[in-house]
Amino acid sequence: MPASRYARVAIFAGAVVLVQLATQVAGKPFYLTQLTMAACYTLVAAGLSLLMGYAGQISLGHAAFFAIGGYATGLLTTVDLSRLRGRAAVDLLARARILVARPDLYGGEALSVHPWAALAVALALTIGVAFAVGVPVLKLKGHYLAMATLGFGTIVYSVVLGTERFGAADGIGGVPPFPLAAGLAVGGARAGRVANYYAAWGLVALALLLLSNLVESRVGRALRSIHGAEDAATAMGVDVGRYKLQTFVLSAVLAAAGGAFLTHYNGGIGPGEASVMKSVRYVSIVAVGGMGSLWGTVATSATLTFLSLRGYFGTLDDAVFGGVLVLVMLFSPEGILRFDARAALAAAVSRIRRGEERA
Amino acid sequence: MSIELLLQYLVAGLTYGTIYAVVGVGFNIIYHATGIINFAQGEFVMLGGMTAVTLHRFVPLPLAVAGAVVATMIAGALIEMTFIRWLSRPSVLRMIVITIGISILVREGALLVWGESVRSLPYFTGDEVTSLSAGGVHVSPQVIWSLATCLAIVAFLRFFFRHTSVGRQMRACAANREAAALCGLATKNLVTLSFVLSAGIGALAGCVVSPITYTAYGIGSGLAIKGFTVAILGGLGNSTAAVAAGFVVGVLEAFSVSLLPAAYKDAISVTILLGILFFRPSGLFGSSELARLEAR
Repeated sequence: MPASRYARVAIFAGAVVLVQLATQVAGKPFYLTQLTMAACYTLVAAGLSLLMGYAGQISLGHAAFFAIGGYATGLLTTVDLSRLRGRAAVDLLARARILVARPDLYGGEALSVHPWAALAVALALTIGVAFAVGVPVLKLKGHYLAMATLGFGTIVYSVVLGTERFGAADGIGGVPPFPLAAGLAVGGARAGRVANYYAAWGLVALALLLLSNLVESRVGRALRSIHGAEDAATAMGVDVGRYKLQTFVLSAVLAAAGGAFLTHYNGGIGPGEASVMKSVRYVSIVAVGGMGSLWGTVATSATLTFLSLRGYFGTLDDAVFGGVLVLVMLFSPEGILRFDARAALAAAVSRIRRGEERA
Repeated sequence: MSIELLLQYLVAGLTYGTIYAVVGVGFNIIYHATGIINFAQGEFVMLGGMTAVTLHRFVPLPLAVAGAVVATMIAGALIEMTFIRWLSRPSVLRMIVITIGISILVREGALLVWGESVRSLPYFTGDEVTSLSAGGVHVSPQVIWSLATCLAIVAFLRFFFRHTSVGRQMRACAANREAAALCGLATKNLVTLSFVLSAGIGALAGCVVSPITYTAYGIGSGLAIKGFTVAILGGLGNSTAAVAAGFVVGVLEAFSVSLLPAAYKDAISVTILLGILFFRPSGLFGSSELARLEAR
């Protein structure tokens, strides 16, 4: 039913506005910073929800795609090519405004890739990597798929952690703001806090619109048939391999977009974003929100990630995600509740509580 | 590279190889009994090492090691009884996620109890500088301890599974759980026992290599990936081959350090894992009929 689909996006948009107004009224506008960051992670969770819930494929390596997006934009927008001025290729790129000059730390002038061009490269790179990884990995099933994606995540983590060029343990810093539109840039400036909040959640809304349309379409039905019974789907003429791969790549692109946004917003990215624990977090968010429930995943992601970023879980941060994961999978493997549009975003909190009581 | 240096790398690789081998064997025991890959396998090694270090403050070393092994076995039984025993026909995806969750909980629990500091047991015989020399190669007695323990574990398991009644019951349970239950075997208890065994050998290995490799709360997940690599390399379910595969991975890793930045060391075994999964999922030593790629 297309009507309810658009109604849900509208309710979602309403909730986003309400939350912003609430922070205003409560006099806590600084909450918007964590809420904006939560939106970036929600992009990953939404894509993973499609992959896990609809296509039935687990990925323990999605933090790697987040990191690829973030590191690629971070590296390209901070790299200094001014020493290569005079070379034909570099001058051509500079004239095309793909390379732009910006002041460097020492008052000189650095020549770096324009953020939009960097984003394009980052997304293209992600698509390439997702294809290269997805083709062999998605042939595997069960434990093998889980371990292979976990392995991919581990490789990316050790590479960003062990490579000087990527800042090793310090990561990349000094990433310039991302010029979104006239007078609006994604960055750490306090003036742009509200605008960035809307930009981030607007991006999530767009992704949700895309994903929910996809889910309700021919593709969505094909994906659900794969989840239900892969052999039967094949027999019915569903090109199982292609659908799995496309879903994998789409979810990877969403993750990379989230990573790129967060890198510009925070002005940098560290190797922690690629860690295995981050990947597990995304999986637990999808599990709690309900496998195959896009809206449940978004509500859970927004709530859990915000609470985590605000530090409500203290040193138990990872333990909370692990505990929630185990509880949900033990007692209600299909997610705590099917998402009810009227119950809206606020329901996520009570769901978690209910899940714990049942334990 | 001189021949001495080559042998030295070989010895280092074998040492790390023992622990990968034992984790891989642990994977096999539980997989055999339940069809579950227990992602929390590495945590048993960590628990064993950490408990032994704590116990050693109060009791002599052999008692501390024995106590740690028993404590970890109890932990293994508790984990199985709390999280797994009462699930009826859980899907593979569900079991993966649950065991990952368990590993996080155990790790975070260890962080609360023991903190972030890196610990180690004292050397069983001699100390850090004691070494046995043979042909220009220096070998710490602890390396001998590790290798001997690993071989003893494998010999024990072989004997246990072939010549004891309980071991045979476990094999029956692995071969066909329903038939075993119909024959009157307490299959649920046998599954618990598989967790206990697997926890016990993990803990023992964790104690023996602790003086060389050190122990910290976070070592479990890395060991789990490597142990899985080893189990796959040997062909899932084949414990003798897993030991051989453990040494192969350990030695490859040790040599990689001489060629690549040390930070990439962990990526080596994972690359091996991916290569095996993509090209030869039945393992190096397994026959292709044995490959059971299908998730149950």
